[in-house]
Amino acid sequence: MSASFHRAVNVLKKMIDTPIASYFNSCLHCGLCAEACLFYTETGDPKYAPIYKLEPLRRLYQQEYTLMGRMARLFGLSRPVTATEFEDWKTLVYDSCTLCGRCSLVCPTGNDIVSMVKCLREGMAIAGHAPQGMIDVTKRTLETGSPMGITWSALQRKIENIKTETGLEIPLNQEGAEYMLVISSLEIAHFPGFLTAVSKIMRQAKKTWTLCSDAFEASNSGVHIGVSDIAKEIVSRIVAGAEKLRVKTVISSECGHAFTALRWDGPNLIERPYRFRVRHIVEVLDEFRKQGLLQTIGHEEARLTFHDPCQLARMGGVLEPQRKLLKMVASDFVEMPDSGEYNWCCGGGGGVSDNEDAKELRLVAFTRKRAQLEAVNARRLVTACANCRIVLGEGMQHHQMNVPLLGLTELIANYLLETTAGGTE
Amino acid sequence: MSEFQWLSWIRGVGLQSAVAIFCMGIVWRTMEIYTLGRKLDIAEPRRISGASGWHTIYRRFLAPLGMIHLDPVTYIGGYVFHLGLLIVFFLSEPHIHLIRELIGLSWPALPPSMIDIVTIVTLITMIVVLVDRVRKPLKRFLSGFGDYVLWVITFLPVLSGYLTVHHLLLPYTILLALHMISVEVLLIVFPFTKLFHAVTVWPSRWFNGNTNARKGVPV
Repeated sequence: MSASFHRAVNVLKKMIDTPIASYFNSCLHCGLCAEACLFYTETGDPKYAPIYKLEPLRRLYQQEYTLMGRMARLFGLSRPVTATEFEDWKTLVYDSCTLCGRCSLVCPTGNDIVSMVKCLREGMAIAGHAPQGMIDVTKRTLETGSPMGITWSALQRKIENIKTETGLEIPLNQEGAEYMLVISSLEIAHFPGFLTAVSKIMRQAKKTWTLCSDAFEASNSGVHIGVSDIAKEIVSRIVAGAEKLRVKTVISSECGHAFTALRWDGPNLIERPYRFRVRHIVEVLDEFRKQGLLQTIGHEEARLTFHDPCQLARMGGVLEPQRKLLKMVASDFVEMPDSGEYNWCCGGGGGVSDNEDAKELRLVAFTRKRAQLEAVNARRLVTACANCRIVLGEGMQHHQMNVPLLGLTELIANYLLETTAGGTE
Repeated sequence: MSEFQWLSWIRGVGLQSAVAIFCMGIVWRTMEIYTLGRKLDIAEPRRISGASGWHTIYRRFLAPLGMIHLDPVTYIGGYVFHLGLLIVFFLSEPHIHLIRELIGLSWPALPPSMIDIVTIVTLITMIVVLVDRVRKPLKRFLSGFGDYVLWVITFLPVLSGYLTVHHLLLPYTILLALHMISVEVLLIVFPFTKLFHAVTVWPSRWFNGNTNARKGVPV
């Protein structure tokens, strides 16, 4: 047994707690979790059943924490978990699970399967069986602060460009600002319009906000890959930045996983509550809407639908604000079948989009999203996650679909009633 | 040992031993699971979870949107045979009589003809559920040897009970002995197999409901 595998087994043993034990004892092998997983529904391959992805963890639990399992191990009647098995399971635990949590929503015995997949990833990553693409992304985040290697100076250049093009000031390192925005590298590289949109909205709402040079990156690949130490290091940067600038609220940008990593995992990683609030940009926009600080004019008239990022809706608890915001600016908003907490993943969450080995399977899994989109015949697709946006774009290109994609914040900004000191522009 | 002595042993020492293993097994397994502990979530909740865990215990009895069409046998079959087992066990006259002898409690029984109908429906449903498990590649793939053995262990008490009541195939004494043995086997394996889901399903649903309620998602 290699040292890293031994360490992985020890970490997993420590992570197995009462809920996990309870879940494994409740499983009836009914297969309903598979009916909720797009990797099974779109391939028909039973190995993609979510509960099957946990087989090494289940056996470890049984052999370590049950009387019958320990006796079977003692008499050589059970097969121990091996490093080879971890390697074999890599495709199941990383390539074919986006941590979307849909399986946990339908299990009749209430098993929170996604929480167990996250647990198993901890062991597999420590044992060295994480996909290379995710390892590279995590290394870049640790070394440069960004999963794409985007540095603060590169972001500053983008900010300068925005100022030149629009005249909008983006505050940097402003102590005492009400809001601190963290953004994902995908937005910096592919959707700079997001930052422009936030600037316009903040100006209209007359709110103080800032970016932080020490903590501008929102995403947390440590959570995806399953290494708590790294996840803690990444989230600690944001915590340190926010506390140094004494902001009241940290806004997580349009990135679903970044939001859940910061909002729900973060305090548990650093083992203390934050001294600030964390809100997704959609929640902040909805707060502005309720306070009458978000004033729009006109409507998008083309038929428009919304893709709920799993981490925002099902795993993050933001279900209504995006709909209220859309109704402000869209006259023909239609819901896809299975929307809200039942929405189907884009296929690229949970680090799957960083994992080149998973690309072929991801594009097959996109068939589900294609069916959802075709069911409503939408002319525009709006979402609130940069990673979903990239994955949806790739999926549509592969499936020869042509539905323009928009970020919700940018859509709102497009219809903003812009005002200056002198009145309406 | 005469036929009568054999039956007496099964109804006496055999049953007491099986019940003892069942009770001790449940206590042991419950402690094994629920003393592992769990970390508290210290993230600021979106809302207090309150009774959400209890709501999830109820909600998971219902099929989520669209799921019943995807797997009607699991849902409908599951409802029917679980309900059938409960009715046959708790509402048939011979069982109520036995319970009264053991612990002194009793309640009204359903008419024998109604118990007969429920028993037959339960047996047929269990056969349908088994055929579905064997026929569907997904369920077959997820099923191990234990799943089939436990099906037999759950099926036999119902079948033997029906045969005993109606004096079919074998002499009554032998049928009654077989029925008692099948029940005792069920009691002995219950805590150590997936039959134990009858205990863990409630906390499992509660954990899931409580955790997600903190995030603001009703599951």
